[in-house]
Amino acid sequence: MAKTHITLKVNGKTVEALVEPRMLLIHFLREQLNLTGPHIGCETSHCGACTVDLDGKSVKSCTMFAVQANGAEVVTIEGMANADGTLHVLQEAFREMHGLQCGFCTPGMITRAHRLLQENSNPSEEEIRLGISGNLCRCTGYQNIVKAVQYAAAKLNGVAFQEAAE
Amino acid sequence: MNDVNLTSEQRAERLQGMGCKRKRVEDIRFVQGKGNYVDDLKLPGMLYGDFTRSPHGHARVKKIDTSKAAALPGVIAVLTAETLKTVNLAWMPTLAGDVQMVLADGKVLYQNQEVAFVIAEDRYTAADAADLVEVEYEPLPVNVDPLKAMAPDAPMIREDLKDKTDGAHGKRNHYNHVFNWQAGDKAATDAAFAKADVTIKELIVYPRVHPCPLETCQCVASFDKIRGELTLWGTFQAPHVIRTVGSLISKIPEHKIHVIAPDIGGGFGNKVGAYSGYICAIVASIVTGRPVKWVEDRIENLTTTAFARDFHMETEIAATKDGKVTALRCYTIADHGAFDACANATKWPAGLFSIISGSYDFPAAHVSVDGVYTNKAPGGVAYRCSFRVTEAAYAIERAMDILAQKLGMDPAELRMKNLIRREQFPYTSAFGWQYDSGDYHVALQKAMDTVGYKKLREEQKAKQDAFKRGETRELMGIGVAFFTEIVGAGPSRACDILGIAMFDSAEIRIHPTGTGICRLGTKSQGQGHETTYAQIIATELGLPADNITVEEGNTDTAPYGLGTYGSRSTPVSGAATAMACRKIKAKAQMIAAYMLEVHDDDLEWDVDRFRVKGNPERFKTMTELAWAAYHEVPPGMEPGLEAVNYYDPPNMTYPFGAYICVVDVDVDTGVTKVRRFYALDDCGTRINPMIIEGQIHGGLTEAFGIAMGQEIHYDEDGNVTTGSFLDYFLPTAVETPKWETDWTTTPSPHHPIGAKGVGESPNVGGVPCFANAVNDAFAFLGSTHIPMPHDHWRTWMAADKLGLHAS
Repeated sequence: MAKTHITLKVNGKTVEALVEPRMLLIHFLREQLNLTGPHIGCETSHCGACTVDLDGKSVKSCTMFAVQANGAEVVTIEGMANADGTLHVLQEAFREMHGLQCGFCTPGMITRAHRLLQENSNPSEEEIRLGISGNLCRCTGYQNIVKAVQYAAAKLNGVAFQEAAE
Repeated sequence: MNDVNLTSEQRAERLQGMGCKRKRVEDIRFVQGKGNYVDDLKLPGMLYGDFTRSPHGHARVKKIDTSKAAALPGVIAVLTAETLKTVNLAWMPTLAGDVQMVLADGKVLYQNQEVAFVIAEDRYTAADAADLVEVEYEPLPVNVDPLKAMAPDAPMIREDLKDKTDGAHGKRNHYNHVFNWQAGDKAATDAAFAKADVTIKELIVYPRVHPCPLETCQCVASFDKIRGELTLWGTFQAPHVIRTVGSLISKIPEHKIHVIAPDIGGGFGNKVGAYSGYICAIVASIVTGRPVKWVEDRIENLTTTAFARDFHMETEIAATKDGKVTALRCYTIADHGAFDACANATKWPAGLFSIISGSYDFPAAHVSVDGVYTNKAPGGVAYRCSFRVTEAAYAIERAMDILAQKLGMDPAELRMKNLIRREQFPYTSAFGWQYDSGDYHVALQKAMDTVGYKKLREEQKAKQDAFKRGETRELMGIGVAFFTEIVGAGPSRACDILGIAMFDSAEIRIHPTGTGICRLGTKSQGQGHETTYAQIIATELGLPADNITVEEGNTDTAPYGLGTYGSRSTPVSGAATAMACRKIKAKAQMIAAYMLEVHDDDLEWDVDRFRVKGNPERFKTMTELAWAAYHEVPPGMEPGLEAVNYYDPPNMTYPFGAYICVVDVDVDTGVTKVRRFYALDDCGTRINPMIIEGQIHGGLTEAFGIAMGQEIHYDEDGNVTTGSFLDYFLPTAVETPKWETDWTTTPSPHHPIGAKGVGESPNVGGVPCFANAVNDAFAFLGSTHIPMPHDHWRTWMAADKLGLHAS
């Protein structure tokens, strides 16, 4: 199958590649760029394990072709850590609040939470739940994920994190 | 750090041992996207496999033409049953003593059954080629109803078993019969029913559901022709079992098979079994001499690999008129699909279903289970529960509510009256199980007090009155569930898988600098084993948990074990870990005595050291003793500091809990809101409260999914109508309720650290608790049993059936 030339920025680095027009962005990231952080959990855009950030929006990279990302700026979980290699506050928050178990949904969940906090720096619990509802988790029951996002929001806003009374 | 200035408590805290909320070791890689899951694996020259699957629920395969598929550029080979027959692998044994087609041999028996396996250079080409395989089918009559499976004119599912009157579990009474299994005392039970004041009877159906971990089943097989060795990476909850079964099936010697389970993206029972994809990938690698990857997609996962439940339980209770239960009877039809590929301990075709007498003191009880074949996918795994325990809990907890309703008693009061009393432990149930420990009344009372049970009932009464007056269209339901699990399989006298006793293992090696590695026969799929096993070692050996590496999943390095499912890791491998530590500690004590020039008995253990009794200034820390073990052992003693333990548990463990749920149901829309869910769990000694709470949250959410919406549904032609996330309900953060967790602690008397296991209890207790809450909302209107799942539509239908909607 004829291949198409694409140029895009992934985690801050410019990438050029030849891809089949039908290649999904998730396969391009995972198999050509070896960025195996984003995962594949379904093929119907429901689970969100493949979520990446594309031009400032959360997208499900399993339902988008790599050629559609031509010229775009993509950030995956691998691009989330701070420049000095320390964990991003959301990564730290998920660990601190026990917001993950098997880890399979985690890259997509953190990437999505990151965008959510860009859109709304101080979301309510309800807004967080709605904001991550495109990302399924089978292990945690979401309660600690919500807490992790609240923890990160508090830290980013420079205020003390207070756990809501149970 | 100057140890001398630290108190024992401070030193203990530094270890991060049992009881502390240690942050998880695993998370560091997971939050950075650096987990190592099967599909992340990329080997040079790796090929991809994909299946051609049956569109029919039941059909004869007249012809398979692979020529177009094989001719597609990039396709290396196409396997069918005919090719597999040349290596005697067209069929494979199941864990339940049946056999199963690897690829369709003459017939297809359920929709999406594997028909051909295409191997190609990349996954896109493999998918293209799978579509090019041409199969000619002759459709056959379909049966997807287990209650009709043993009718005289039912379609024959298994022609290969046509003349077999005996199955793996005794007599077969019909060509679609798998087994009949009974437990308890039938005569005593029937007698108790004959003279009972009050009896209830209800067909309680636990629908077919699917564990649906977020990562599907997958593997990479790589056969090295020169060495004659196979390496198999896969999503395996039980890697050693896969190796042994793989060796028996393939005839490759077991020591030449290397099974590796890397990080697993959730299992919940789905990843216990052996599937066609694994066998085909292995054969494909042998044929091509190249590594072959097989990855299920979501539709394949939901429709072919290991469903759960599908138990149809006619449940009866006999009682006195003042509410004392006298007997329990349950007749169950179990739908096993087209092959009996149930994952149970081999001697238990209906698992541990005879835990169905639950937490109550039944003097007599009897169960009988008939397994049947239908045109549905095979499986029957325990979806986040011990073998068939959640089915049992659903039946007994629903039945107790129905009995309470008939007696006009409060459901909690009826339970209080019949719960096994503290002084009765160890308690032998009517089915012969020996419950290890419990304090049930305290747990239920605590639950009731915490939620303000009496007040809730008053509020409910007021709402019911208002409803009758037409002032509200909302009903309030209060669900109570008290459950007892049976986990930690299991004692070798009772439990084996294909003859291998269900022990488990731990091998601990302490290095000279006082760090160490622990390898185990279990396999975490998100439970946090790398964190918690190290906590057991920290407490037992006095070495910081951070200094212990925990490794699982590699059959070359890990001691043999039966894997992780049925909440068995802590009860079995957790015990093995403690016992191995104690061997190490005993040796360390001898070394300490030698170094301190005292008798062994003159030493006492103090958190992280042995000290001389009456002279605590003289001590040797475990770190010092580790160093000494490699250069200063007493004369005649072997150097080194390591131990292995294979733990054969003396008994199962019996975690329990009391759950209460409050729902508000809009009778005009069926929308059911969970106002409150309180879960009290008693899992014995608690190793890491943070992880326990996380497990409970997750299990409750799965229970919520099952009770409120999940079903793998087939239409009468055998089409799966809920085969993707479009129509199979997985709760999102929006629907998922907020959970309140609580606990009591009743250690197991027979377990080295008193732990009972946790993680599955919320599924076992949660499902009946939700179901009881929804049913309770309608009970005052005379409704006895509304079956699961309680989605909005079905709840609306239930309200409609009760005449609650204006005509």
